[in-house]
Amino acid sequence: MLAAVLVVTLILADLRFNKLEKSRSLLDTLATPIYWVADLPTRLGDWSDEHIQSRAQLLEENERLHRENLVLQGRSRQMSSLQAENVRLRGLLNSTAILRDDVVVAELIGVSPDPVRHQLILNKGKLDGVFVGQPLIDAAGLMGQIVEVSAANSRALLITDGTHSLPVQVNRNGVRAIAEGTGALGTLEIHHVSATTDIREGDLLVSSGLGGRFPVGYPVGVVSEVERDPGQAFARILATPSAALDRSRHVLLVFTSDAEQDD
Amino acid sequence: MQDQGAHGYWVILLSFLVAYVLAVLALPQWLLWGRPEWVALAVIYWTIALPHRVGIATALLLGIGLDVLEGAVIGQNTFALVVVALLSLVLYQRLRVYSLVQQAGVVFVLIGINQLICQWVQNLEGVGAPTLLFLLPAFSSALLWPVVLLILRGLRRHYRVN
Repeated sequence: MLAAVLVVTLILADLRFNKLEKSRSLLDTLATPIYWVADLPTRLGDWSDEHIQSRAQLLEENERLHRENLVLQGRSRQMSSLQAENVRLRGLLNSTAILRDDVVVAELIGVSPDPVRHQLILNKGKLDGVFVGQPLIDAAGLMGQIVEVSAANSRALLITDGTHSLPVQVNRNGVRAIAEGTGALGTLEIHHVSATTDIREGDLLVSSGLGGRFPVGYPVGVVSEVERDPGQAFARILATPSAALDRSRHVLLVFTSDAEQDD
Repeated sequence: MQDQGAHGYWVILLSFLVAYVLAVLALPQWLLWGRPEWVALAVIYWTIALPHRVGIATALLLGIGLDVLEGAVIGQNTFALVVVALLSLVLYQRLRVYSLVQQAGVVFVLIGINQLICQWVQNLEGVGAPTLLFLLPAFSSALLWPVVLLILRGLRRHYRVN
């Protein structure tokens, strides 16, 4: 009986009133070792992959990385001049300068065991300056945001989670929309886009930055399906996330500089 | 006897910790829906074996831990585990004389109830499962029950936990 009352109180306190935020972050710190142990097999696999490699493989990889580095260096040279030009042009247009974001690499130490909850547990926490609401990206695009921070780790909500939505725009023409998670890994749904809007399959969606939470211009997904039913007020649009949501082991936490907001 | 008691707690605690680790172990995508409810299985075993030591209070604490681990609403697994512990406390005398297959049948029902309660709380939150796949753990847990039973009973007898 007592237990029943206690449980109902707990559910209400957490679900309706968000009273347990503090104790949750504390308990999360205690849960870190369990995730650490559960992650051991994967880490062992990674370690053996790294250490048990033939000389030929290493040489080959080294050469490949050298080539890649050369290409990237060339591009980054070009990039700096383009960036300067961009700043000048934005100055002419009277809009705020976009500053480059700082990132910190975090490693995945766990994923939510519940298939309907798309959450990741990362090995960076309050001690590394991680904060709630911080955007998370990988090499290919936007992944999600931080929803819980404890001392040494944090929990991130992926953009495909059923409770997540983010403001996006079509890269081709700037049409704005909201991309919502569907609970299925690999599908985003764009809601409330009128049937006449110019949006096509293959369009790249980027974050629009309108919510004030995600920085502008990170790829979010590619439109995979557009269904225009004349009987419906809105088109049904699905998109595939750009980021490797279920594969990235290393992710980037973005620190957006505040200068952007100073107008 | 005092010493024995202390020893026993250690075994029980360790089995619950292992259950926690198994509960968050990364699984391939296709196995995700069928993950057995390890913590619930451990709770069922220990309440049947030692109803005077493991019961509602243990289930309550374990549930809170599991909620934190899963990032669920605090109280979701707590609720489910408390109900499971309560039912196994009511049923333990019958369960002890059941055959393995009969026990697995009861475990199937218990884990099914566990899943239904979890699902109910998740729906309150708005992230319910879209299909009936969330009942799959009831099957996998019932299938694994004999293994869990044999391992935990072996441990209990070896370390004389009672």
